[in-house]
Amino acid sequence: MQYVANTTQDKKDMLKAIGVGSFEDLLVDVPKELRAKGIDLPQGISEMELLALLKQQGQKNFHSDRFACFLGAGVYDHYIPPLVNHLATRGEFITAYTPYQGEASQGTLQTIYEYQSMICLLTGMEASNASMYDGASAVAEAVVLALRAKPGRTQVIVSDLLHPEYLETVKTYIGNLNSEIVVIPSKNGQLDSKALEAALGDKSACVILQNPNFFGFVEHAQSISDITHAAGALLIACVNPMTLGVLASPGEYGADIAVGEGQPLGNAMAYGGPHFGFFAVSKDLMRRLPGRIAGLTKDKDGRRAFVLTLQAREQHIRREKATSNICTNHALCALKALIFLSALGPHGFKRYAELNLERGHEAAKALGQIDGVEVLHSEYETPFFNEFVIRVEKDSKALEAAFTQNKIIGPLHLKRFNANWQNHYLVAVTEQRSSEEIQRLAKAIQEA
Amino acid sequence: MMPLIFERKSKNSGDLLPSASKTNVATDLLPQNMLRKTDTGLPEVCELDVVRHFTELSQKNFCVDTNFYPLGSCTMKYNPKVNDQITSWPFYARIHPYQREDHIQGMLEIIQETEAMLGEITGMDAFSLQPAAGAQGEFAGLLMCRAYHTEQGSKRNNILIPDSAHGTNPASAQLCGYDVVQIKTDAAGQVDIEDLKNKADQNTACLMLTNPNTLGIFEKSISDITRIMHGVGSLVYYDGANMNALMGIAKPGDMGFDIVHVNLHKTFAVPHGSGGPGSGPVGVCAKLEKYLPYPRLKKTDDGLIWDYDRPHSIGRLRSFYGNPGAFLRSYCYIKALGGEGLQEVSESAVLNANYLKAKLAKHYSMPHAAYCMHEFVCSAKKQKVHGVKALDIAKRLLDFGIHAPTIYFPLIVEEAMMIEPTETESKQTLDHFIQVMIDIAEESQVNPENLLNAPTQTPITRIDEVTAARKPNIRWNPNGSDDADVQANLHIKTTTTCCT
Repeated sequence: MQYVANTTQDKKDMLKAIGVGSFEDLLVDVPKELRAKGIDLPQGISEMELLALLKQQGQKNFHSDRFACFLGAGVYDHYIPPLVNHLATRGEFITAYTPYQGEASQGTLQTIYEYQSMICLLTGMEASNASMYDGASAVAEAVVLALRAKPGRTQVIVSDLLHPEYLETVKTYIGNLNSEIVVIPSKNGQLDSKALEAALGDKSACVILQNPNFFGFVEHAQSISDITHAAGALLIACVNPMTLGVLASPGEYGADIAVGEGQPLGNAMAYGGPHFGFFAVSKDLMRRLPGRIAGLTKDKDGRRAFVLTLQAREQHIRREKATSNICTNHALCALKALIFLSALGPHGFKRYAELNLERGHEAAKALGQIDGVEVLHSEYETPFFNEFVIRVEKDSKALEAAFTQNKIIGPLHLKRFNANWQNHYLVAVTEQRSSEEIQRLAKAIQEA
Repeated sequence: MMPLIFERKSKNSGDLLPSASKTNVATDLLPQNMLRKTDTGLPEVCELDVVRHFTELSQKNFCVDTNFYPLGSCTMKYNPKVNDQITSWPFYARIHPYQREDHIQGMLEIIQETEAMLGEITGMDAFSLQPAAGAQGEFAGLLMCRAYHTEQGSKRNNILIPDSAHGTNPASAQLCGYDVVQIKTDAAGQVDIEDLKNKADQNTACLMLTNPNTLGIFEKSISDITRIMHGVGSLVYYDGANMNALMGIAKPGDMGFDIVHVNLHKTFAVPHGSGGPGSGPVGVCAKLEKYLPYPRLKKTDDGLIWDYDRPHSIGRLRSFYGNPGAFLRSYCYIKALGGEGLQEVSESAVLNANYLKAKLAKHYSMPHAAYCMHEFVCSAKKQKVHGVKALDIAKRLLDFGIHAPTIYFPLIVEEAMMIEPTETESKQTLDHFIQVMIDIAEESQVNPENLLNAPTQTPITRIDEVTAARKPNIRWNPNGSDDADVQANLHIKTTTTCCT
């Protein structure tokens, strides 16, 4: 398959117009000793063969069209209305460039402005950027922002129930900045506010609060916010946007920065990406935002117009003094979120959260009734949303086999993250999980 | 004037999803003080209007599917539709990143093969597909550089970066805790070797370069440069933004680069998506392999698995493994074209750029007579005497349905316009572009007003960017718009479309 558009005659004509005898004459400046002997890869194939090859490869993958998925931890098997991809994959969106030439990009720019507005509505914050790569790097860049906004304060406080991969990403990003991370133990599945109070001091730059946290529990966000601010630190709230139809927004409990993984808003699981990280702040932090921002203005004839603005924060202007090194972002994924939210509407968005909440609790009840299955912290009635942890003292291989047999993609075995979690499984239940599928999951666990 | 989605109002019952079985789900299952007190304020819009809204917005955009985009260093080539379709299949779209490895061997084999293919194309020994974009690739590269020097027991603080480099280079260096030392480029856009020799020392951790350089010219002394850097114990990093010039022609690995990133959304046909997502895989020579981000794929008797036991790794840059939705497209692209096809891509890209340069040489000032690679820089110097600048030419091109080239970069050329046609543009398209550029050059002499007022054929004219930055309005305000004419003009649609 080849997409090169020059015919043999075209090439001849072009070489003649340039005034050279052969193509090789154009490479006169490339030293002979550096010339490659071509690329040692097999010959190309036709489009038809390509489709057959990718189908053959794809058939080795077990996917959620055929299996009921109970995996979560930041990425979920949510319903995506066909409308989302129908609109977002239009060539005018998917093959457009970054909107640096505003007159040729009003479609893109208006959608960015609308996306920014949607994120502010959901999170209750005052300013948002045009997207980051994912939730993990958004949290990391929020920490970088906090450290720079609070000079002299180097301590980053985090609960032990922050997603382990997010914590690892934060460590990578701040590893060469003057900083230290303090991990606060959780108590009965929630951040221990007494421990937090003890850890906070005048060296504390920020507290990272994931809500719901990695185990799915909902945190006492207001009191954590109060404690954090009393110590002069910034609160970074890392939230699941799906829950915001029901849960208090970061703006309501006074977060300074609201970030999170946007995948639950209209983006396919796609083996982990691309999704997007949303990043929203209070008004006074607006000029510290990383990444692109679209603003509303007018053109010279007074028409409403949109443009990339506050560009002096960005790498192409500020270079080493930029708020971030980010250039290419996840614009198309953010567009999908915008369309998703527009299609759902306020009633649909509320339903979305309510359904997830309901299914999650239905599953916890069903699994809690099985002999040998403990729903973590259920005795404390710690509030949770649509994810929860079960302890099952059964052989994990036997469980895996039972899941597959029952056409289930089983919950996440947590031992990969922490040696203390040998028999812990994180169960995620979305609006797409029917009662029948939940019963199948229970049956599989019982059978194993 | 096109309304905002928030300015549209019609019925949306919200029944894309079924309702919960009870009305008080939230209050039944969660404590009151954890619940949202204020409504989200999301707009309620009927589905037809949602469709019209985004369809109309899309029609205001230039895009590769409708317009020629000769943007230097962006490689705006055709994005094959077959790749979009494959990526949407449930085999690839509906798999979760934490699924057990034996259930997603199809995906894992593709990742492993893509790493190997990128290694062959660039001449590097190992690749990681984890970085989400070129900037993350750079960040990873510099972190590996730091890890390497630390293990060598060598404390080095400086990164050398040419004054003509892309802004992400110094921004990434800063994030790694490095100081940036600028290297001069000479009149030919090549690295000033004397300046390099003066600044490269035991405190230098790495030199970051692109080749061809930002003038589209092959850095002839590249082997000398990498030799000088290695001589002082420094590493050398290749910014792969211009890789479309080199495939099958020359390999960064052979030039002495230790670390390389490629941009899948440039060279490897992943669509730009209005600004992203992309993917910026990073490749290294063998001695740096242990520093690559974790996890890495490992072959076992039971197939491929993710190996987290990587004690020397720089860590992870983001969640999961990268952007499979992006690199899957590049896998398809590379398989479809094959080794010879990729070489033909670069050869055609170089031919197309030289053709444009030759045909425009009489009309636009060319700072360098030498043959270019896949892109070239010309100057609007000649037009400036009539009061017409590169910006005006860029805006006037929009009136002809052609996206502007990259302008004012690199800074070493006055009124720079960087033009990169790519290999997927036909000679017909190129000849049309040439004619338009010639007409614009003529217009700049006889009717410069046309250029200064351009564009006039797009949905809006030149934008007041100053006010946008001085009084930022970056979100819709639910408490009512400041704009008096918003309500009045909501149902007036603009009639101009932006392409001929």
